[in-house]
Amino acid sequence: MAESAPPAVAQPGLQPGSQPGSQPGPPLWLLAELTYKCPLQCPYCSNPVDYTAIGRELDTDEWLRVLREARALGATQLGFSGGEPLLRRDLETLVGEARGLGYYSNLITSGVGMDDGRVAALREAGLDHIQVSFQASSAELNDWLAGTASFEHKLEMARAVKRHGYPMVLCFVIHRENIEQVESMLELAAQLEADYVELATTQYYGWAWVNRGALMPTREQLVAAEAAANRFRQQRAPAGMKIYYVIPDYAEDRPKPCMNGWGSLFAVVAPDGLALPCHAARQLPGIDFPSVREHDMAHIWRDSDGFNRFRGFDWMQEPCRSCDEREKDFGGCRCQAWMLTGDAAATDPVCGKSPRHALVDEQLLRAAEVVEQPLVFRNPQNARRLSGGIGDSD
Amino acid sequence: MSAAVQLADCPALAPGYRFQWEPAQQAHVLLYPEGMVTLSGSAGEILKRCDGQRDVEAICRDLETAFPGADLRGDVLEFLADARDRGWLHIDG
Repeated sequence: MAESAPPAVAQPGLQPGSQPGSQPGPPLWLLAELTYKCPLQCPYCSNPVDYTAIGRELDTDEWLRVLREARALGATQLGFSGGEPLLRRDLETLVGEARGLGYYSNLITSGVGMDDGRVAALREAGLDHIQVSFQASSAELNDWLAGTASFEHKLEMARAVKRHGYPMVLCFVIHRENIEQVESMLELAAQLEADYVELATTQYYGWAWVNRGALMPTREQLVAAEAAANRFRQQRAPAGMKIYYVIPDYAEDRPKPCMNGWGSLFAVVAPDGLALPCHAARQLPGIDFPSVREHDMAHIWRDSDGFNRFRGFDWMQEPCRSCDEREKDFGGCRCQAWMLTGDAAATDPVCGKSPRHALVDEQLLRAAEVVEQPLVFRNPQNARRLSGGIGDSD
Repeated sequence: MSAAVQLADCPALAPGYRFQWEPAQQAHVLLYPEGMVTLSGSAGEILKRCDGQRDVEAICRDLETAFPGADLRGDVLEFLADARDRGWLHIDG
């Protein structure tokens, strides 16, 4: 899901799946990352930097079993993402099974690899919704950021999505290079008759972390972009087009309620079968995340160390442990805590109450002051270089 | 957006929305792109009957048969207007 907003953003109305101290509720959201392969090279991709070194993809039968097991636990929302999920030739088979099981299935795609026939075939198989991501509102910038000439094709596919009767979410990931296009992005969404638009400010995981010096918007840019989005929403948004503008938590003094709490309602299954409480969690050290190749989803969700590690409140340190806001933000994001402080159990330093709050300025906000940092595009060559030469598939 | 719902209107789920029973939650839910609403018992009973065929009058009569003795019309009309304003329902006369 290189290009998609995190689930907490995109699920208004989802209820928390568990109560503190009790058995977890159902994993209401299952994200199936079908492949890390992708024809695009977006430098803000949230996939692991060493994605080329990650093992063999699950096959069709393994995915079908995962879908059945998670549905039996009560999963309702299913995201097919990647990488680019359209690269999987068995996508229609998986969608058909998902429909039969009663999932609401969402395809999260760049549109590259789609054609009108495939849009129709997925509809026929029972796909409920397609989210198409754009890199920018102009062909020039879109194609530069994506590392491929894809803008015209995306426009065509967005029209095909509407033509075939799907609800359509358009997603734009926002960063320093495209943030000044916010208004024209919304214009484009209106022209394409999007039902929902997500303007998701880049979160700094995976490739985006590597590129933070080139991607971090300045504070002035953030303020101007939010104002532009509000102006459009109030004055020009077509009736029925919903706009979600996701403001980055690092510019605030309270952290986001990441994943609505660890192991609370969200499970990701990565292309190699690793089951994770969020798509960035693979990087956290000292946690033996379970694989669907070795365990069923019921065990993974209820009993595995990986999903129980930061569930509830017992794992918390001060100041979270005694904080009266801990049920609001669950201590923030474990991955952000790890990347900034080196301790995955620390209070997310985005919180103004964290003794290490200054790290947010040092490591993130000040990245906006970096003037000339070339973007490192996500591709197999750069993956091998950044991860010390390991990995040889793409 | 906030016009009153009429007894002759025929409410139907908006495109892209799905209504179903979820055993794990012991509740009806509404599913839509990347989201879900868990419905209360009464909301579930009303939405179950919003099939685009029946008018509000027929929905109310059906509910009064299923739950005898209750005077539901006011609540049903209010709920339908709210559901329409949230984008869950399309209501045509």
